[in-house]
Amino acid sequence: MSHPLLSVDELRVTIGGQPVVDGISFDIAQGEILSLVGESGCGKSMTAFSVMGLLPRAARLSGGRVMLDGTELSALTETELQALRGNELAMIFQEPVASLNPLMKIGRQIEESLIVHRGLEGREARRAAIDMLAEVGIPEPEIRAGQYPFELSGGMCQRAMIAMALICRPRLLIADEPTTALDVTIQAQILDLMKKLRDETGTAILLITHDMGVVAEMADRVAVMYAGRVIETAPVDALFARQEHPYTRLLLKTIPRLDGEPKETLPVIEGLVPDIGQWPEGCRFSPRCPLANDACRKAVPPLASRRDIGSTACWHAEQVGAI
Amino acid sequence: MAATTATTPRPTKRSIPWTVLPFAAILVALLLIAILAPLVAPMDPNTQNLLARLKAPGFQARGMTYFLGSDELGRDVLSRLIYGARVSLLVAFASVTLSGIFGTVVGMIAAFYRGWTETLIMRLVDIVLSVPAILLAIITVAVLGPSFANVVIVLSMTRWPRYARVAYGQTLSVANMPYVRLSRFMGAGWLRLLSRHILPNIAGALIVVATLEFGLMVLFEAGLSFLGLGVQPPTASWGAMLATGRNYVATAWWIATFPGLALFLLVLSINLIGDHIRDRLDPRGR
Ligand SMILES: Nc1ncnc2c1ncn2[C@@H]1O[C@H](COP(=O)(O)OP(=O)(O)OP(=O)(O)O)[C@@H](O)[C@H]1O
Ligand code: SF4
Ligand SMILES: [Mg+2]
Repeated sequence: MSHPLLSVDELRVTIGGQPVVDGISFDIAQGEILSLVGESGCGKSMTAFSVMGLLPRAARLSGGRVMLDGTELSALTETELQALRGNELAMIFQEPVASLNPLMKIGRQIEESLIVHRGLEGREARRAAIDMLAEVGIPEPEIRAGQYPFELSGGMCQRAMIAMALICRPRLLIADEPTTALDVTIQAQILDLMKKLRDETGTAILLITHDMGVVAEMADRVAVMYAGRVIETAPVDALFARQEHPYTRLLLKTIPRLDGEPKETLPVIEGLVPDIGQWPEGCRFSPRCPLANDACRKAVPPLASRRDIGSTACWHAEQVGAI
Repeated sequence: MAATTATTPRPTKRSIPWTVLPFAAILVALLLIAILAPLVAPMDPNTQNLLARLKAPGFQARGMTYFLGSDELGRDVLSRLIYGARVSLLVAFASVTLSGIFGTVVGMIAAFYRGWTETLIMRLVDIVLSVPAILLAIITVAVLGPSFANVVIVLSMTRWPRYARVAYGQTLSVANMPYVRLSRFMGAGWLRLLSRHILPNIAGALIVVATLEFGLMVLFEAGLSFLGLGVQPPTASWGAMLATGRNYVATAWWIATFPGLALFLLVLSINLIGDHIRDRLDPRGR
């Protein structure tokens, strides 16, 4: 019996009583890259924080389950979760420079996880940290290990953060917009690196991004989020070939294709993202949807299976090609 | 000229700049003098000689020279200054250490745990800061009796909120830094977060407070001694010397001037060195 590495089931997060993640479900298989896409504020980071078991103070996990390889994470104690974080589960962020302790040498910061999770210290840990720096493509790793974050470029810092995250060989890496703060060439390098490390180590990746170009390049599968829900999920090729949700359709339509134009981040769709607590009745996309009718405004469309390869939450999925 | 063969001159990272060096030397000298007081003091600090009262610097009697003059009881000002350094430095050092450690720990805990812990601690800080230190000192000494240890206790009890406030505010902002968040996501426990990631990043601000407080503690000790609540006579302290010397400024300037000068040099050196240490803690400044 095989089960997915990570299984998120009907996850709910509230902030001040208002739902921000509203019943999200998705699976990630061993070694898979799942991309979570959606506009700002749709709940991508909150979903990631829930998987790590570390929500911001204001937010509360109000329902659902997160299973890592058959273990229910929400049932674990804080100490048990700490033992998983940085070890089985790791996460990297958008601000590579600010995410490193300015007063600690790079090497020491990478060694930390080894100290915390493996009880490894001294020469052995230092060696491992330097090897890891080399693995993430940092030249002269011995020298870099002895430097402080301010002596490294943004791209180098992002590589160092990846080294920190991967030193204990986690089974799942969550990358929350890991390249947004970097310039385009460095972005491509970091993405290549992540893909290469996935191929070599089999680490599954939950890649959160705004950028459909990044999705096309990296993902095996995509889950599109809108207003706290997953509204469409499919393998990347199938999704780019054919969208069954109007929101996804509009997202991809506005992207310049294969003509050498610079990649655009999430394109603009008419209308505003509804604020939390201001979600409309029925389908949440209905105020902005060109196909919306009364049926859409009355009942929430369920996330329904789609040709066995994905699922879509839309009452008019078969008409989407017409947009 | 063998030294010039090096292609890139290695910057002397660890050297102390010349502006700070003399003050570091003064501090080291004061510390040595305080530690070695019995060896360096020319006379016993408490031996009175009523025939040599209020004599000017350089006065000689019984084959002994009073280099910095004598006080109202005919005791050698230099020797009392040397022994007084012990009291001043030890009181200031002990109370800065005690109040600094306590205040820092308490302030960091308040900011880290928030909730009712925070409310409780920070209200206590407000209360202690609003009680006049002298009032607290009088009450404490009335209960415990005046002594060296009690001076340290009184000063620590009144001063820890300064550190707590700074540690609290700094921890609040540093705890929100992405690098603290990242290490939580890497599985670091609270002790590691506080000691490895937060403390080093708030230490600069605390050292600045501590150096200012060190100077203040020396002055506070003087104040308490002046009120008779500090170190008890005949034990010499700079504060007590200043207090008594005050009565003789017009006739015997040396009694108050030399401890005042010593106090000034000590506080100045500490503050300059504190600034330097703070700069050094920032790797960018090295
Ligand atoms: N600390 C907080 N306090 C209150 N509300 C918050 C807090 N953090 C996030 N939110 C709200 O929760 C919702 C979901 O936020 P989340 O960070 O998950 O969005 P996101 O999809 O990651 O967006 P982005 O692409 O901008 O990172 C947003 O509406 C946001 O305004
Ligand atoms: S359910 Fe209706 S409103 Fe919602 S996306 Fe589909 S067509 Fe648009
Ligand atoms: Mg986010």
